[in-house]
Amino acid sequence: MTTLAQSVHLASVEAILAGGVFVTLMIGVFRGDRSLVPLTWVVVAIMALGGFYLGVVPAAGATGFGGLYIADGFSTFLKVLILGAAAVSAVLALPYLRQSATARFEYPVLLLLSALGMCMMVSANDLLSLYVGLELQSLAAYVLAAFHRNEAKSSEAGLKYFVLGALASGILLYGISLIYGFTGTTSFTALHAVVRGHGASDIGVLFGLVFILSGIAFKIAAVPFHMWTPDVYEGAPTPVAAFFASAPKAAAMGLLLRVAIDAFGGMTFDWRQIVTFVSIASMLLGAVGAIGQVNIKRLLAYSSINNVGFALIGLAAGTREGVTGVLFYLAVYLAMTLGSFLCVLQMRGIDGEPIETLASLSGLSRTRPWLAAGFAIFMFSLAGIPPLLGFWPKFAVFQAAMDAHLYVLAVVGVVASVIGAYYYLRVINSVYFADPAPTFAPADSRTNSALIVVAAVFCSPIGMLAITPLVAAAAHAAAALL
Amino acid sequence: MVRAASVPVSFPILSLIVLLPLVAAFWVLLAPGSEDARAANARITALVVTLIELALGVVLWVSFDTSTAAFQFVERIDLFAPFLSWHLGIDGIALMLIVLSTFLMPFCILASWDSIQKRVPEYMAAFLLMETLMIGVFASLDLFLFYVFFEGGLIPMYLIIGIWGGARRIYASYKFFLYTLLGSVLMLLAMIYMVSVAHTTDIPTLLTFNFDPEVQTWLWLAFFASFAVKMPMWPVHTWLPDAHVEAPTAGSVILAGVLLKMGGYGFVRFSLPMFPDASVELMWLVFGLSIVAVVYTSLVALVQSDMKKLIAYSSIAHMAFVTAGLFVFNTQGIEGSLLMMLSHGLVSGALFLCVGVIYDRLHTREIARYGGLANNMPRYALFFMLFTMASVGLPATSGFVAEFLVLLGTFAASTWLAVGMTTGIILGAAYMLYLYRRVIFGTQDNPEVLAMTDLNPREIITLVPIALAVLWMGIYPTSFLTPLHAPVANLLARLHHAAPPVQKVMPATAKGPAK
Repeated sequence: MTTLAQSVHLASVEAILAGGVFVTLMIGVFRGDRSLVPLTWVVVAIMALGGFYLGVVPAAGATGFGGLYIADGFSTFLKVLILGAAAVSAVLALPYLRQSATARFEYPVLLLLSALGMCMMVSANDLLSLYVGLELQSLAAYVLAAFHRNEAKSSEAGLKYFVLGALASGILLYGISLIYGFTGTTSFTALHAVVRGHGASDIGVLFGLVFILSGIAFKIAAVPFHMWTPDVYEGAPTPVAAFFASAPKAAAMGLLLRVAIDAFGGMTFDWRQIVTFVSIASMLLGAVGAIGQVNIKRLLAYSSINNVGFALIGLAAGTREGVTGVLFYLAVYLAMTLGSFLCVLQMRGIDGEPIETLASLSGLSRTRPWLAAGFAIFMFSLAGIPPLLGFWPKFAVFQAAMDAHLYVLAVVGVVASVIGAYYYLRVINSVYFADPAPTFAPADSRTNSALIVVAAVFCSPIGMLAITPLVAAAAHAAAALL
Repeated sequence: MVRAASVPVSFPILSLIVLLPLVAAFWVLLAPGSEDARAANARITALVVTLIELALGVVLWVSFDTSTAAFQFVERIDLFAPFLSWHLGIDGIALMLIVLSTFLMPFCILASWDSIQKRVPEYMAAFLLMETLMIGVFASLDLFLFYVFFEGGLIPMYLIIGIWGGARRIYASYKFFLYTLLGSVLMLLAMIYMVSVAHTTDIPTLLTFNFDPEVQTWLWLAFFASFAVKMPMWPVHTWLPDAHVEAPTAGSVILAGVLLKMGGYGFVRFSLPMFPDASVELMWLVFGLSIVAVVYTSLVALVQSDMKKLIAYSSIAHMAFVTAGLFVFNTQGIEGSLLMMLSHGLVSGALFLCVGVIYDRLHTREIARYGGLANNMPRYALFFMLFTMASVGLPATSGFVAEFLVLLGTFAASTWLAVGMTTGIILGAAYMLYLYRRVIFGTQDNPEVLAMTDLNPREIITLVPIALAVLWMGIYPTSFLTPLHAPVANLLARLHHAAPPVQKVMPATAKGPAK
C-alpha cells in the first residue's frame, strides 16, 4: 500500500494540472477576458510542466490511491499525446476567438480541465476512476461545444453532445454496476483475475462488458455510436472541433485498450467480435458517409470515424503488435487531424468570414499555395497513400491483423481505405483542379502557420524518419499493457 | 545519406540517382523570384537534372557486370526499422528499365517547354518527383520500399493529369487513382502475409523462399490484381485510355513509357520467381486474357477517332504481348517480353510526342481534323512514319526484334497462343497504317492544317535521339539483350526447380524446328 504522499507524487501530472486549473481560473475571474492570451500561454506552460514531470516520475506500473490509479509506460505515452494535442488546441484557437468576439478566458481553463480528465482516464485502474476521469473530460467538453453561446448552431451542438453524452455515461455506469454485481469488484487488477478464472462464462459479465464497450465507443465516435459526431463538429467552433477530433479520441482509445486488454484480457474472444464489428462498421460508414458531404468540418468528422475504425483493427488483433499499432496510429492521427483543422481555420474569405464548404475551396492553390500544399499533404496522409506518414500506422495495424489471422478484417479494411481515398481526393480536387474562385485572406497567425509547417513536415515522407523512434516508444508503451 | 559502417562502402550511386530529382524538385518549388523567373528556373533545373540522371544511368549501364544475375550496386541502411529498410540494388532487368526511365525524362521536359505555361514550377517538380519514384521502383530491394515507390507514383501522376490535363481531366484522374489503388492494396496485404511467414522484407531472400503452393495461388492473385491493373490487362484496362487522353503530352509519355512497365517488372520480379507453382497453374488465365486483349483492343483501336486514344489502345495490345511472353517460361519469350517493354517505352513515348507536336499547333486530337501533313510537314511525316513502323514491328526497328522473340517463345508454348498473338500484329499494322494515312496523306481541306509549320529545332532534338535508339535496338539488339541474359537464365532456373512447366513446353519446342 502506498501512502497518500506517494500517491500524489505518482500523480504529479494530474496534481499540476489540477493546481493549474485553480490558478488560471482565479486569474481569469479577476482579470477578465483580456487575460485570454496570457492565460492561454500559462495553460500551455502548465501542460509543458506536466509533460516534464512525466519524465521525472518513474512509471513502472506503480499504483496509487488504493489501486485506483496506475502510472505505467502506457499511460505516459498517451499523456504525452494528450498534453501535446491539448496544448496545440489551446494555441490554435487564439486568432479564431479574437475574431469571433467570444474571446472569453474560460476557453484555455476548460481545455486544461478536460486535459486533466483525460490524463485520469488513461491512468485509471478501476472502473470508478475511469468514470470520474471520463465525466470530468466530458463535462468540460460539453461546455466547449456550446462556447459560442449566442449562436444557435453552437448551442445545438453543445446540447446534442450533452444529451447523447449523458446517455452514454448512463450506459457505461449501468455496465459498471453489472460488472460489480457479477464479479464483486471494480478494480482492473481484480477483474483481470476474476475474468480469467470463472467470470468469462458468466452471461452477466458479458452484458456488463457490452454496456461498457458501448459507453466508450460513444466517446471515440465509433459506429453505431457515432451519430453525434458530424453535427457536433459542424456546430461547435472550429478550434473546439479540432480539439474533439484529437486529444479526447486518444484518451478514450487508450481507455478502451486498457479496459479490453487489461481488465477483460480473459474474454478476448468475446470482445474481439464486438471490436471487429465496430471496426468494420466505422471504416465503411466513415468512408461512405463522407462521400456526400459538402461541409469540410462534417467531412473531417466522418474522416475521424473512419480513422477510429482503422485504429480498432489493431485492438481486434489483441496482440502486442496490435496495441503498438494503435498507439502509433494515434500519434500520427493527432498530427494529421490537428494539421487539417489548422488549415481549415486558415481558410477565410477576404472579409475574414470562415469558409467551410468544399466547393468554395477552389482557388486556394492559387491565392494560398503553401496552405494548399500543406492541406494536400494532410489529405493524402489521411487517405493513407505512401510514402506519406499516414500510410504507416495503417500498415502497422494491417500487419497486426494479418499476423493474428484476421484476414477478412484486413481485406475489408483496405477496401474501405480505397473508398475513403475518394473523398480525400475530392478535397484535393477542389483545392487544386477546380477553377479559381474568390480569393482568400492571408495568414493571420505566425504561431498557427508554424504549427502547420511542423505538422506537414511530420506527415510528409520526411516523417518516415520518425517511424523508428515512434514505433519503439509505442512498443515500449504496449509492453506495459501486455 | 548516412551509411552503416558494417556495409562495404562504395559510392552510393543508386541513392544518388534516386534522390537527386527529389532534391531538385524541392529547389524548383522553393526557389524565390517572380513568376517568370521561377518558371525559367524550373525549366532549366529540370532539364539539367534529368540530363545528369541520364548520364548517371549511362554510367550504371557501362559499369554494370552483365555476367552475373546477382544484384549489383547494393546499398542497405536500416533507416525505417521495424517496417522497412533503405535497400537498393539492381540486376540486368532493373538496369535496362532505369536506363529507359532516365532516357525518356529529358524529352518529357523538352516537350513541356512551351506547351505548359501554367504553374510551371509545380509541373516540373511533379515530373522530377515522378522520376525519383520510377527509378525507386526498379531499384528497390526491400518489399515495402518497392511498395512505397510503386504506390507513391500515384500522387504526382494524379496531380499531373488533374491540374494540367484536358477537359475531362477530373474524371480521368479519379479513375486512374482509384483503379490503381484498389489493385495495390490487395498486393499490400499479400506482401504483409509474405513477410509474416518469411520474416524478412529482403527481396533477394524472398526470391529463394518457397511459399506453400496452396497459399501461392492467393498471393499470386493478389499481386496479379495490382500488376494487371498497372499493366494494364483486359478487362481492367479502362482507366488507361481515359488517363492518356486527358494527360498532357509529357504525362502520356511517362505513363506509356515507364509506368506501364512497372506491371511487367512486377511480374518478373515478384509473381514468377516468388510464386512459381501458382504462375504455372494460372498461366492459362494470363494467356487467355492476353489473347482477348490483343484482339479486342486492336479492334477497338481501329475505330478510334482520337489519336491519343488509338495509341493508348495500341499500348494495351502491346502489353498483352508482354504478359503472354512472360508466362511461356522460356528464354525467348521472357527476353522478348522485356525487350518489348523497352521498345514500347521508346516507341509509344515517341508516338505521344508526335501527337503532342501537332496538338500544340491545332489543339485537337481528332484524326478527322488533320490530313495531308506530308505536304507542309515533311520532316514530321518522316519521324511519324519511323515510329509507326516501329510500332507495327517492321524489321530494323526495335518493335520487330521484340515481337519476333515473343512469338518464338509463345510458339514453343502453344501454337494457338502464337496464332492469337499474330492476329494482333496484323491488326496492329492495320490500325497504325490507317492512322498514318488519315493524318499524313490525303487532301487538305482545313486551312488551319495547311498553315501548320514543320518541326522546330527543339522538337527535332526531342525526336532524333529516340529515333536513333529505336533503330539501334532494331539493328543491334545485343546491346540491350546482354544485361538480360543472366537474370532471365536465373529466373528460368528458379521456375524449373519449383515446377515442371518446361515439360509442357518441351514437346512444343520439338515441334518448333519442324515448322
